[in-house]
Amino acid sequence: MKYLYYPGCSLKGTNRAYEESVLASFHALNIELEELEDWNCCGATAYMAVDEMKSFALAARNLALAERQGQDGSPTLIAPCSGCYLVLSKTQHYMEEYSEVSRTIDGALQAARLSYARTVHVRHPLDILVNEIGIPQISSKVQRPLRGLKVACYYGCQIVRPYAAFDDQVNPKTMDHLMRALGAETVDWPLKTRCCGGSLMGTLPDVGVPLSYILLKEALKRGAHVVATACPLCQFNLECYQDKMSRQFQERVEIPVVYFTQLLGLALGVPERQLGMHRLLVPFTLARGGARLHA
Amino acid sequence: MREWQSWPRFRYEAELDLRFPEEVASMPGGRALFACIQCGTCSGTCPLATYMDYSPRKIIAMTRAGFKEEVLHSFTIWLCASCYACAVECPRKIKITDFMAELKQRAIQEGVDPKRFPVAVLAREFFEAVRKRGRSTESLLVLRLYAKTNPVQILSQALLGWRLLRKGRFSLRAESVKNRQQIEQLLRAVDAAKATAFIDKLAREVRREVAYR
Ligand code: SF4
Ligand code: SF4
Repeated sequence: MKYLYYPGCSLKGTNRAYEESVLASFHALNIELEELEDWNCCGATAYMAVDEMKSFALAARNLALAERQGQDGSPTLIAPCSGCYLVLSKTQHYMEEYSEVSRTIDGALQAARLSYARTVHVRHPLDILVNEIGIPQISSKVQRPLRGLKVACYYGCQIVRPYAAFDDQVNPKTMDHLMRALGAETVDWPLKTRCCGGSLMGTLPDVGVPLSYILLKEALKRGAHVVATACPLCQFNLECYQDKMSRQFQERVEIPVVYFTQLLGLALGVPERQLGMHRLLVPFTLARGGARLHA
Repeated sequence: MREWQSWPRFRYEAELDLRFPEEVASMPGGRALFACIQCGTCSGTCPLATYMDYSPRKIIAMTRAGFKEEVLHSFTIWLCASCYACAVECPRKIKITDFMAELKQRAIQEGVDPKRFPVAVLAREFFEAVRKRGRSTESLLVLRLYAKTNPVQILSQALLGWRLLRKGRFSLRAESVKNRQQIEQLLRAVDAAKATAFIDKLAREVRREVAYR
């Protein structure tokens, strides 16, 4: 099977371990991901404040390119970054719902000698894994079960809200199912969709740090060994500011924060390096037999 | 000046800008503004409400009542992290997140966004990078952000930067699309469409005015 793949800016920079682990674990499941040619920023950046219509236009260029590159009638475009996933889906919704948006964007695409016939399906890798490939298929390929590992599954804000239809908006469960299929235990963790602070971590750390701290603290209190994320910004916030949290709250906060695709890859027997495990600041490895071990 | 003198505690109805709610409601889906029942669910859900000067519910009420100045000068709109928690819970299905974004855009357009406030600076820098190159490079953006708002932060974050560099996570090469011209054409066309829409609107208003006379 083959899908088109939209990496987005983040997966090429600070969070390339997400890209590495998505590609490697999908490859282990015999799924090929073909990168979208000359993709541009999804538009999340412009949406932040400056100009919403331009954000739609930027997203629409990617959709138009996907339509051109995908050979079949309705190509599926996989977007692992929550921010990209949200903006690409939102653009589709707005083009459908508001004729004014649809007219302006079609005009802008035309001026750039592009066109978009609304055929692309934007999907998150979690959705593909659970709803296309299916849990039974995945568990049949597990080589190193994650036995004894307690995972806190963190979905973050934007993959289930407000446009995604593949999981529940308040209490999503797809990642939990996936982790259990890999042999892990999942902890009951009601903060799984609470905001990590997003870009406020960089802009207003006084506000951002406590938001992420609350999430980790709750996960630790519930006995999690590791937090699994599905978003580059969440991973960065939760992992890279643990020192700062420890200083600010005067207690040691330390827990590995990995991408759910890294755990998937490990269970499927993919070598650690191909999954970008060496890029983690808080190290995480599986000991022989699947038991947890972290320095 | 004492605090009560510098801070407008009284607002007379004659001072309110009643065109403001109409302007905001002209965004896609904006009419929903008038469907709010002021239940406060959004404020109760918002993880950032404690840091805000006006809660999300108040922002909706004040926008509707024409408190343009207070709303556009508020920190609330810049604190919203676009987490959509409020929008999912709102019993009237109001896209509060989108209103916050719209208000940010208006604050920038009116030139009243807080000039050295990092959230607004990041928004502008991000957009500039994408306008020029079609892609953004986080590590470079963060450096520019700190340089423009709080250079001391570069030092305090140097250790984190170094650790990321060693892990191959801090890139100093600016990413770019190949077809930059296409991005430019695309964005310019949006500007042109907006200008046309604006002129149409003016023309309609003039016609209405003439007919009235
Ligand atoms: S939750 Fe919705 S209806 Fe209730 S106050 Fe907020 S915007 Fe208004
Ligand atoms: S989207 Fe903004 S206003 Fe709504 S809950 Fe999240 S931070 Fe608060």
